[in-house]
This record gives sequence, structure tokens and C-alpha cells, in this order.
Amino acid sequence: MTRTLATGNHVAGYALALAGEANRDARGCCAGAYPITPQTEIIEYLSDFSFSRGRVVLVESEHSAMGVCIGASLAGARAFTASSSNGLAYMTENIFSAGYYRLPIVMMAVNRTLGPPWNIWVDQGDSLMMRDAAWLQFYCDSHQDLLDTTLMAFRVAEDHRVMLPVIVALDGFVTSHTQMVADLPTQEQVDEFLPNCLIPHGLKHAHPTTVGGMTMPNETEHHRFEIQQSMENAISVLEEARNEFEGIFGRRPAGALETFEIEDAETILVACNTMARTLHNVINERRARGEKIGMIRLKMFRPFPREELLKAIGNAKRVGVMDRNHSPGSGGIFWQEIAATLIGRNDVLLQDYLVGLGGGDVTPENVNAIIDDLNRRESASTPEWKDTSV
Amino acid sequence: MTTVTPSKPYREHLLRPGNTNCAGCGMSVGLQWLDEALGELEPVLVIPSCCGIVTAGAFPTSGYGMPTAATTFASSPAVATGISTVVNMTEYENPVICWAGDGGTYDIGLATLSAAAERNEDIIYICYDNEIYGNTGGQRSGATQIGAVTSTTSGGKTEGKKDIMAIMAAHRIPYAATLSIGNRKDFLKKVRYALSVKGFRFLLMLSPCPTGWKSEPDQSTELVELAVRSGLFPLYEIFDGVRYRINQRPDSTPVDTYLEQQNRFRKLWNNSEDIQAHIDAQWRYLEAMATVFPAKAPSSTR
Repeated sequence: MTRTLATGNHVAGYALALAGEANRDARGCCAGAYPITPQTEIIEYLSDFSFSRGRVVLVESEHSAMGVCIGASLAGARAFTASSSNGLAYMTENIFSAGYYRLPIVMMAVNRTLGPPWNIWVDQGDSLMMRDAAWLQFYCDSHQDLLDTTLMAFRVAEDHRVMLPVIVALDGFVTSHTQMVADLPTQEQVDEFLPNCLIPHGLKHAHPTTVGGMTMPNETEHHRFEIQQSMENAISVLEEARNEFEGIFGRRPAGALETFEIEDAETILVACNTMARTLHNVINERRARGEKIGMIRLKMFRPFPREELLKAIGNAKRVGVMDRNHSPGSGGIFWQEIAATLIGRNDVLLQDYLVGLGGGDVTPENVNAIIDDLNRRESASTPEWKDTSV
Repeated sequence: MTTVTPSKPYREHLLRPGNTNCAGCGMSVGLQWLDEALGELEPVLVIPSCCGIVTAGAFPTSGYGMPTAATTFASSPAVATGISTVVNMTEYENPVICWAGDGGTYDIGLATLSAAAERNEDIIYICYDNEIYGNTGGQRSGATQIGAVTSTTSGGKTEGKKDIMAIMAAHRIPYAATLSIGNRKDFLKKVRYALSVKGFRFLLMLSPCPTGWKSEPDQSTELVELAVRSGLFPLYEIFDGVRYRINQRPDSTPVDTYLEQQNRFRKLWNNSEDIQAHIDAQWRYLEAMATVFPAKAPSSTR
């Protein structure tokens, strides 16, 4: 274990490389790689890494980057890549393929606003666009969280009760290009945490099948049902992985969600990624003034942790959601999910706040304005737009 | 030399009985001759969305006796890259073969194909070219011949066929060749040569589609022979993208004998000057290349 100061992209590259290297005694590792701001440094890091049994294929598009990952994974390798924004949009067809093939590919999604107009700053709309692909999704609030989550992603994805790909999301620039202290594990620790990748339904000469071929409606329905069951399994598999992780690395990574000061909270704010860290500080200040306020950091978005969220909300009267994403004609995507979770809970006032879209810097002042608005309310309204420039 | 460890006491055939190919489909001959050329080799097949994946039939059966990956339309060379990467860094020595139609090759998959060729991936890419989007009912593609009537060119296609061999040669890949299902000896020789070299190998096979060509299913191999003899579909090889060898020159067979047996060419019946001009130009180019840059006997084999 080495304590170091590193950028988010460096930490992500390090975690992917050690995870890939950990499969060297099996069928190795492979990445399809294509640059896009702000994830480019991740694939640069991987391209420079000397794998014992592995290759980074420098392809011509994100669509092919995921294509290479699919092929490598079908052949039994540990496969991974990284992308952002319009790159993820261009990759979409093969993102869905990877999920429906049930291949345990891990992808870093460095969140960036989708264009046009061109904007390179953070907005979670790009990875959330993939919410209906059969991928698990984790959102990270810090460099250590990013490192731990990336290693956990492989462990959960490759578990045979799950066997689905995982997106690990982090904020463009705010996380990807800033430096924070992180404890980097050794290869030996990662080797112990990640057993050899074994994909039971890959390409095999002993039992030749057409993987991804035609199915009838009832078989397709069953395929989707099994994916849903595997998604639900992921919650308990994640808990097991946290225990294993703690035993090997000596720290306990966050689970499906992280709570702060919720025990007696009447008002609860929900956020993800670095916005949650800003929120954390504001909660501390307001608690010092005697306010009964708490927060939930949503780390896992797919599967959506409904039971854990209901338990965390408990008897709170007001819940505010901070959405750094926008589904035009509806509102925030996290809000939609939480509203569906709170069906029947008429005692809770749920309000959505669209904040920091297009990378606007969400400051403590913005967060305080949101909390003031939430506490004044007698009823919820359509999603509130909170301009961070004022 | 390739080491082959059989996965079973017997080797499965590449194309199994019960596949869903239409009568007279060029793929049926092509896949069986490919199987013959492979000998004991056990390939992995990578097939994008096209008739070739319909061939497999519905789950849980598979018309292919070898492990097959069904990919998205534009992705077969990328998926094959991932597979061949793992095959080359682990125990297997068996070939990774893309089997794709002209839509996936000339059109939607061209960027992916170009990139895999540029990286010289260890893949054999075979395009079964039926000169239409056959799987969707016969629409125009970049491979459709000038004048051909398709479901989206009712007056006949106004543009000519893309020269995919020249495009692939421009990537300076180790080997590119055309295949005829009317010439077994030539077909087997070229596939065996392709199997003997490393790197990106491109094979183009004219593949009759009686449904789309509006031709008689029992005439498919004869039609390809006529396409070769009239000069419309030349049989040739390109080594390293620069050295040319012509395998069969046109005889005096008029192209009309090829066109008249296919209702898709009805606009060209008694009106074949444009396509004849295309044939003449194509041969001036090929003869010039074969004269200036002749292929010596192939030397390097793996």
C-alpha cells in the first residue's frame, strides 16, 4: 500500500491496470481504447502499462472500443475501457450488446455534458443515458472511492450470480483532473481480491453455439428476467465484496449508498459524486446550528437500491434531490427513480432540483439556497432549476 | 507451423444440416468450401447482423459447428480483434474468421474494417457479396452493380459498384483475393494460402442471392462462372497491397449472358454498354497493375 497524491484519471488507470494484470495466469486482459476529454489520461495510462498478458487496442472509435472489449470478454479475458459524453453516445449500440451478452466488462465513465453545444464539463447525463442498458452503475465522490469502487466493480461483475458489466462514474475535471490523496494497493493485494476471470458462456469449441443469435419472444423475455434477477443479486454480492475488501485492504468501501446524519433528520438531501461532498460540509454547518438535517449519497444507481433508500429516508418529512442531469420533458433522472421508490409515501415531500448542469460549480451557497427552499415548502412542484451562476 | 489440439474426437463441420440458407444461396457453397480448406483447423466465426447470422437459426440450435459470435452490424472486425488478441496471447492457434455481407463490409462497417486492416490484426475477413442488403429484402448497397434494380432503386442503380479490393489493397494488408463458387480449385488454393499467413487477410466472394437477384436457384454457380468469364467479377490476388496476380482472364463470353438470367438487370437487357465500359476499364487497370507490379510466387508462410 502506498499513500500518494494523484489525479482521478491516474487512480482509475492504476486500478484498471492492476485488475487486468491480476488475470495474467488465466486468459489475460484486453482494453479497446479511444480518446475523449476528460477521460483520455486513463487510456494513456493503460497504453503505457506493461501487462504480462494483456493488450490495449487503439481503435478508431468508441463503438469499436466496446466491440474489442466484447470480443476479448467472449474469449475469456478481463476487459475494460473508459469514455465520456458523446463517446458514450457513439458507443451506445455496443454498450447495450455487452449488457445483453452478459459480459463482465468494466468501463470508467468520466461524466461530461453531452453536446451540442460543446461543453467539456461535468454532467451525469452521459452515463445516466445508459440506465436502461443491462449495466450496473456506481458513482464515486472521491479518488479513494474511485479506486476502491473500480476494484469492487470487477469483483461484483464477474461473480456468477451477477455476470453483468459495470459503469464506474466520476466527475469530469472535478475528480478526473484534480489531485487527492489515495492509498494505492499492491498487485499482490489485488491478486488476492480478484480471482481469475471465468466467463461460463464464452466461445468454446467443445460446445459450439452462436452467442447472441436469434431467440423467440419467450426466450428473450426469460433472458431479460434473468438479468433482472442478477441485478437484484448484485446488492448482496456487493455486501460480500465489501467484507472481502476490508479483510484484504484494511478499509471498508461505501456500499449501495452512504448516509450522513440521518438518524433524526426531518430534512434529507440526496446527491451523488462530488456534489455529495460539498453537501456533507453544509450539513455539518447546519447541524451545528441545531437543524435536523441529513444526507444520502447515492453510490449505486443500477440496480437501484430501493430498500436501502427507503430505510435511510426513514421518517424524514422532506427529501430534496440534487440532479446534475436533465431528462427533457421530465426532470432529473435520480428524482424519477426516488419518486418511484416513494410511491405510497404521501407523508414525504419530494422535491427535485436541477443544479450544476453543464458543469456549473455547485457551491455551499447553492446548496444552502436549495435547503432553504426545501424547508419553506408546503408542497412539491415541478423540478426547480437552480442556476449556479447566481 | 500451426499446432492443432482437437476439442472433440471428431471435427464438427462448419455448416451444419438444418441451417436456414435459401436454396441457391452462395453462402452454402462458400461455407462448405471454407470448411474443406480449413482441414483440421477449428476457427472462431464472427458474424455481424446479416443473412449469415440468420443461417445459424434460432436459439438453442446453431447452424454453425464452430463457436460463433453474432455482433452488431458494424462491429465484426472490432469483436474479432478482441477474440484474436486473446487467442494469440493464450493457448489457441486456430483462426478467427469474420464472415460478413456487403452491407457490413462496403458500407456500415467500413471504418471498423479499415481500422482492423490498418492495425494488421490477425484475422481472416471474408465478405460474401450478394450486392444488396439481402437480409432486409434487397435494398441497394455500395456493392450493387450499376443498373441493378433493387427495392430502393426501382429504375436501376445510377452509381457503380465500390472497388472494395482497391480499398483493402490501399491498406497494404498481407493478402487480398477474390473467390468464385464456380471454381473450387482456385477457391481452396486461395483460402489455404490465406490460412498460411499472419495478419489481416481479405477475401471477396461473389455470392448469388436468387431472392434478390431474381434468378433461378439452380443457376447460382453458373451465374458466378459467367460473371468471371465475362470479366465482370475478376479472379485475382493482391500480395502486401502492391503485387498483383490475375488468376483467370475473361474469354469472349458477353456480359449479356450473365445479365439476361437475372431479372434485377432487366434495365440492362439489350442495354449493356455502360456495364461493358466498366468491365473494360476495370481490366485495363488490373492488367496494368499486374504488368507493372507482378506477384512473385508466395514465399512466406507461417
